[in-house]
This record gives sequence, structure tokens and C-alpha cells, in this order.
Amino acid sequence: MEIQDISDDIDVKVKKYQRGESADLEALKDKKLKGQLANREDLYKKSANAAAKAEKWLMQTEGGRLESEGFEKTWRFSQQSIAQEVDVASRKNQFDIVLPDLGPYTIDYTSSGRYMVTAGCKGHLAIMDLHTMKPIKDFQVRETVRDVVFLHNELFFAAAQKKYTYIYNNAGTELHCLKEHGAVLKLQFLKNHFLLSSINKFGHLHYQDITTGQMVGNYRSGLGRSDVLQVNPYNSVVTSGHSGGTISMWKPTSAASLVKMLCHRGPVTAIAFHPNGHLMATAGMDKKLKIWDLRKYEALQTLPGHAKSLDFSQKGLLAASTGSFIQILANSSDSQNYDRYMIHTMVKGYQIQKSRFRPYEDVLGIGHSMGLSSILVPGSGEPNFDSWVANPFETLKQRREKEVRLLLDKLPPESIILDPTKIGTLRNPNKIQKATKEEKEAEKAAAIAAAKSGPQKKKTKGRSKPSKVAKKKQEGVEKAKRPFAEENKHEVVSKKKQKRITEANELPKALQPFVSRKSS
Amino acid sequence: MRVKVISRSADEFTRERSNDLQRVSRNYDPNLRTQEKAVEYVRALNAAKLDKVFARPFIGAMDGHIDAISCMAKNPSHLKGLFSGSMDGDIRLWDIASRKTVCQYPGHQGAVRGLTVSTDGRVLVSCGSDCTVRLWRVPLASGIESIDSSDSADKSLASYVWKNAFWAVDHQWEGNHFATAGAQVDIWDHNRSVPVNSFEWGNDTVISVRFNPGEPNILATSGSDRSITLYDLRTSSPARKLIMRTKTNSIAWNPMEPMNFTAANENCNCYSFDARKLEEAKCVHKDHVSAVLDIDYSPTGREFVTGSYDRTVRIFQYNGGHSREIYHTKRMQRVFCVKFSCDASYVISGSDDTNLRLWKAKASEQLGVILPRERKKHEYMEAVKNRYKHLPEVKRILRHRHLPKPIYKAGLLRRTMADAEKRKEDRRRAHSAPGSMMRKSVRKNRIIQEIE
Repeated sequence: MEIQDISDDIDVKVKKYQRGESADLEALKDKKLKGQLANREDLYKKSANAAAKAEKWLMQTEGGRLESEGFEKTWRFSQQSIAQEVDVASRKNQFDIVLPDLGPYTIDYTSSGRYMVTAGCKGHLAIMDLHTMKPIKDFQVRETVRDVVFLHNELFFAAAQKKYTYIYNNAGTELHCLKEHGAVLKLQFLKNHFLLSSINKFGHLHYQDITTGQMVGNYRSGLGRSDVLQVNPYNSVVTSGHSGGTISMWKPTSAASLVKMLCHRGPVTAIAFHPNGHLMATAGMDKKLKIWDLRKYEALQTLPGHAKSLDFSQKGLLAASTGSFIQILANSSDSQNYDRYMIHTMVKGYQIQKSRFRPYEDVLGIGHSMGLSSILVPGSGEPNFDSWVANPFETLKQRREKEVRLLLDKLPPESIILDPTKIGTLRNPNKIQKATKEEKEAEKAAAIAAAKSGPQKKKTKGRSKPSKVAKKKQEGVEKAKRPFAEENKHEVVSKKKQKRITEANELPKALQPFVSRKSS
Repeated sequence: MRVKVISRSADEFTRERSNDLQRVSRNYDPNLRTQEKAVEYVRALNAAKLDKVFARPFIGAMDGHIDAISCMAKNPSHLKGLFSGSMDGDIRLWDIASRKTVCQYPGHQGAVRGLTVSTDGRVLVSCGSDCTVRLWRVPLASGIESIDSSDSADKSLASYVWKNAFWAVDHQWEGNHFATAGAQVDIWDHNRSVPVNSFEWGNDTVISVRFNPGEPNILATSGSDRSITLYDLRTSSPARKLIMRTKTNSIAWNPMEPMNFTAANENCNCYSFDARKLEEAKCVHKDHVSAVLDIDYSPTGREFVTGSYDRTVRIFQYNGGHSREIYHTKRMQRVFCVKFSCDASYVISGSDDTNLRLWKAKASEQLGVILPRERKKHEYMEAVKNRYKHLPEVKRILRHRHLPKPIYKAGLLRRTMADAEKRKEDRRRAHSAPGSMMRKSVRKNRIIQEIE
């Protein structure tokens, strides 16, 4: 029976490594190509099988879990009761740091989960090593700090301060002042692309390449002030939530948003993405928490409740926190729906600013108005890390080597697209030929809007009369419209030509040159 | 209540002593590596660029002859040895590793036209325009370093005078016979001063001859009457003849698929044939802009090298229509002979400027001992490059070659001419009665007829 069990298990595991369905080879006509592709598919299957089989030896650490017996409910277990059951080393991960003066605090972890950077709203910045539980550096900047993120490793972090964004190193030295971002509300770091993205008070979205310092993109969201910004780790598309209840997805190479969705009937307060990229959770002021399927862009589940901060763990648990209350949701194995898994209540009066799952650990870090806390959430983290992806026990040399490797594999900003598996595939030839009418309309509208809102040059005396300005603007709009009109004309002409050619083809070859152009 | 949380002790994941290796743990879960396709694409792009950065194919020139190199021969039993003959009758043995002359033979009165080495690698056969075939002793492989050119075999083992000037010579892959080409094809034995057999089909000069690597009794020749002729030594008369529109300068058999051979043609193309089915070429290899003068297959049978009158050396896939690689230098003149080295990693060209040149077969290959990690890295780079080679950016980088201006221009011109010809033919076809002008494939249209 056990053997049966294992073979069932293997199928599930293999599926994980197959990265989607195999190609449909039956539709191919070219026999040679078919053979080659069949070989390739075979190879993929084999490697997926090998990876699944190797799991047994490579992935020795078992994941955490929390199971109830009898009538117990998992959400009834308090942190104290969990603490009594776990080992001493894990108990160290439950802590409260009381910092009453400079809060509320926001936090961020490195990708390996070893280091934590925290920022108090009133100017306190600190980096901690969570293995030794010692602060590496803490210092005060004596101005508002709104957000903080680690860059590609623990040596650098960016802090959004009152007026500008700054980049510090782990010794607390200010390395750069990023003035172009403006007064930033939220920061996100795209680690495959080395892009720092931010959204500022005016709803402007900025992308800056931190290796070269080049400003890659600078766009107006046009939807007002927003302090919700989250990057989808699956495709590096940045999503911002707005006060109108919409969320918009952005890439650094286009001024128009990729997707705009109306998610809530009130301001959006938080967004989170599942690590596999298919699920999105949003929370709004309309007292709703929604879970979306990003493949179909439709809500899978709507739950009641506020959430100021949302986060998905590596294993797919969802932490929603509001006030001094944290709820952790999990999708039960038998259904796709998320339901209550754990709850945790802070001391009454604490205002949670941000809660983040710590990667590769069963820990949820909480930044709140009275300091920092960390609680145990069994089953949230990925138990097996990969030394080449994120290594919590990284040595100095390994860190250096990894930095070089990361820089070599740095992706260009163009590689951010909604479906990252599309890279390297062929476009459907039917689709390339022509943009649809709606697309064209949209493009035209965008061009016109851009022309209308474009910056006006300051002219000399008498040239900036309102009438002149209006005229100028009108000219700009006309100019923007022109290429579309021309395209249309081309199309009409080519249609005419086509007609003539088809007519001509019906005649004998020798007579074709004499077909008159006007007859058609 | 059952609880378990992840708990790692640092001892388990770090090394105990500083001279231990670092502990590594793996997890191949695709969710941990986001955007892996994009990353792979970037790696492919970088690999393609690095390929270009490291592409330094030219290793060195071997200087020594005082006239154009007319022919070369590989020594099958000695990797480093290479023979070359020049237009002034000089024959030299080179050590490729040190790029020095090991031994110099007195050679011929006129030009040396053909060189070949016997199967056991002991005897070198040369023929020349002075109507003689000479046999020379090849110094032993072990003694190559010690022999200095002074006490080289300055006397030939044998010298056979015959009626006409010779154009080429080739030795059987297995056996004691060798064939010379001239006014007719003669089959010689090592110990006989007159040919044991001779073949004649038409009156024109035979200019090249090559034995089949698989079947020792079959040979192919090309003649100045634009023919390619196949002979079987077991019969008394030639087997088959193919007449093309232009002359074939040289022939090379594919050593791995010995029924196939490739002919280097005067009209800038090479044609691969199946010897059993001569009415149609298997593949046309285009890219040279002037007559292809010599061709040699790699021992792997997957690619071959050609030397051309346009002063370039190109490497083709055995089934590829266009060249994989082009080699040229400012100083290299008309390339008269090319050889692939016996380990398939070098290419040697002999040209009009009296030098032999040594090239790498893969331009960006790393020479010397490669550590296992390095080798794995190279393999990975090769694999990603191969996977993304169809994407425009990668393709562009991989395809790009700098060409000397005259060759670039000549290529353009040739393309224009071909287009014009095609257009003209299309028009003719359009204006003639349907079915009267059949479309002829490129693989067929240079072939005039096949004679049994």
C-alpha cells in the first residue's frame, strides 16, 4: 500500500516540475520537426521525473504543520501553546521588540530570510541578523520614513523618506539620494531586473535601474494618490491599488497600464500575490477581502473584513492584518477556498503597519505602532532552500559570487510581461498582422491624451495667451491623430489595389498589364 | 494538537572545518526561480555575445615554402604531422603543434600536384607536373622531434616516371594501391614501376581523385570535361559518370557516411551527392563568391571545410545550405588546399602566399585542458544558445560575421544576379505555354546528364 502511495505521490511531484502542458505535436505536418520536438518533450519528461525522484534525497527537511485533533480548531491555538510544543531554537523566533517612540514600524526581509530591515515612521532605521538576533546597524534619520526595502542582498536597502528616497548600505552610510522619485509612499524592488520601483504622492510610478542609475520608466498612474504597491514575483509586474477601488498593473516599458481592474467599492488598502503568480488577494475599505484568479481575472472568493496589510507566504498561506488583529488564511486541502487557519491578537491598541512572512521559515514578522513582533505560523515557509537561489547560511564568498551571477543574469526591463512563459515562443501569425480595431482606438486615444496633457513650453511674452495655448494643444492633438489617419488611408488603398490585382488575375497573363487602374 | 515548525541548526548547513567544501542544498521547485525563461534567454544572449568575444580562430601561420602551396596530406598515424607540397617542387613535413618544418624532402622538378600518405603512415606518395610519382619514407612518429632537417630522407624510396604530367594522387584507405590522375586515371602498386591498371573515359584531363573511405576499391574523380566519374577497381571499366555545367575542382567523401561525397565546384557552390543516386544533389552548399578549389571532410563527418579562390576558408555543415563559419585574413591569398585535422578541432589552409595557416575549427573554442566545471559551463552555454538560437536577437549575433568588403560586395552582386535570373525565368514561364517550361530545382539544374 505504501508503494502505491509513493507512486501517486510521484505523479503530483512530477507535475510540479513539468512547467505546464506538453506541446500538441499531432497538429504538426513537418515530420522532421515533429520528431525533434518529440525528442525534446521526452527529455523534459525525463528531467521532470528525475527531479521528482531526487526530491527524496535533496529535500530532506520536512515542512512545518499545525494539525488539530478531535474537536480542536487550529485557529484556537495561541502562540503560547505553540511555543510549548516546539523546540528551543524555534521559540527564539517568537519575540516582541518594544520601540514605543518611533513607530509605527514597517519591515522587509532579504530573499533568504536571514536579515530584516525595519523602519520606524519617525526616522528609525535598523537591520537585524535574525540568526544571531543581533542588530547589525540601527540609526536615525530624523525625518519621516514611509517605506523600506532591501535591494538585491543585505548590504543595501532603500528607504522612502520625507522628501526623497535614499539608498543606504548596511553600515548606515547614505549612498545615493534618489531625487527624481519625489516623495515616495511605497517602494518595491524587482530583483531579477535590478529595478527599484516606487509610487509617489502624486501617483507617479518610477522605475530606476539601480546598477546603472538610469531611470527606466516614469509614468503617471492618473488614478490619484496611492500607497499600495506590490510586485508580482511571478512576472515582475508591479501593481498599484487606488482610492477608486481599481488596481492597475504596470510594466516599465509602457506608459499605459497593462491591466486595470475594479476590485472594490472603496479605496484599495492592500494587495498580495501568491508566489506561483496565479492568485492575487486584495483588500479594500469596503470591508472585503477578495481572492482573484489572475489567469481569468475574476474573483474566486470574497471574504468579509478589513486588512491593512496582506501577504502570501511561500507555501500559500495568506496573512491579513488590521488594527491589532492578524488572521492567517489557508486553503484547505479538499477545497480551493481559503479559510481561517490561525488568528493572533496583539496587545489592544497596537496598530499593525505591516506583516510579512519570513522566507524559508515558519515565521510571520509584524511591524506595528509599538515596535516589532514575530510569531510562529507553522507550515508557512518553504522548508528546503536552494543554495544557488537564496541561502540563509551564505558565506561572504558565496554572497560575492552570487552578486556577480545575479548581475550576469540581470533581465532587461522589456522582459516584464504578463505571461513570462511567452518568451521564446512564436507569435501566432494571424495575430501579428493587424491590431484589432479596439486596440487601434485605444492607442489613438492614448496618443491624443498624451498630446493633450504633454508639457507646455514656457514661451516668451505674448506667446502664452490662453488662446494660443489652446491652439497649440489642438495642433498637438491633430499631430497625434495623423499617423492613425494615414494608416487608415493605406489600408483603403491596399484594399483597392488588392481588388485590382484579383481582377487582373482572372485575365490571361498577357492582357494583365492593360487592366486600367480606373476601371476598379 | 500536533505542531511542527521548520527548525534548522547552523551546523547542519555550514561546513565543520574551513578546508571542507561548503554544504549545498538543492530545491528544483520552479516557483523558487521566477521568470526562468527570461533568465535563460538572457543567458543565451550572453553566451552568444561571449562566443563573439572569444572568437579568435587564427592560431598561426606556417612559413617556409617559397612558392604557393599546391597540395597537402594528413598523416593518418600521426596527429601532429602534416605534409605540404608547393609549386616549386618542395615537399615539407610540418609539426602542427610547434608549427615548424620537421623534415624537408627534395621533391620534384616542377610543381608538386598531389600528396598522399599510405594507410600505415610509413610512405608518402607525391606526384608532380614533371611526370614522376615519387615515394618517400615518413620519419617515425616517435622520432619526429629528434630528426632535424639535415639528415632527412633526401632520397626517395622510389621514383616512377610515366607518360604524362600528374594532377592528383590519392591512396586507398585500406590496401596497397594508390591512384593518380592526369591524362587518365592510373592505379599503382607501391612496388611496381608501371601502373597496374588505368582507366580512361573521354579525352579530357582528370584533375582530382579520391578513394572511398568505406569501400577501398571505389574511387571518384573529377575531370576538366566538367565530369565526376566513379570507378570500381574490381571491374575493368569506369562505373558511372556525371556531367555538370561547371567543372568540379575537388571531391571529398564523407568518412562517416561513405556513400556520400561532396564536390567543390567552379561555380562557387559545393554539391553533396549520394553516390548511388547521382541525378540529384542531396544538398547545395552556397556562400563562396568564387570558385571552390579544395574541400576536406571532418573525421566526424558532420562538417567540411572548403578553400576558395575568393581568399576565404569556409566551414559548412554536411547538410547545411550555408556556411557555419568563414575565415579570412588580410594576408591570405587564393586558398589552394585545405585540410581538417584528424581530431576535428583544427583546420589547415594552404594558399598562394606560400604560407600554411592553422585555424580552430570552432572559432571560440577554448584550447588547452578544460576543468570539469568549465566544461559543464560550456555545455550549458551551448545548450541555452541552441535553445534560443531562433530568436531574432540571438540569431543575429550568432550569424553575424565580418566580411572583407570585396567579398561582401561580390556576395551582394551574386544575389542580385541570381534574383534577376529567377525573375527573368519566372517571366518567361509566365509568357510561355503552360507546362512547356518545367521548374527545375537548384539541386538538379547544374547537372547536365548522368552516364552509366
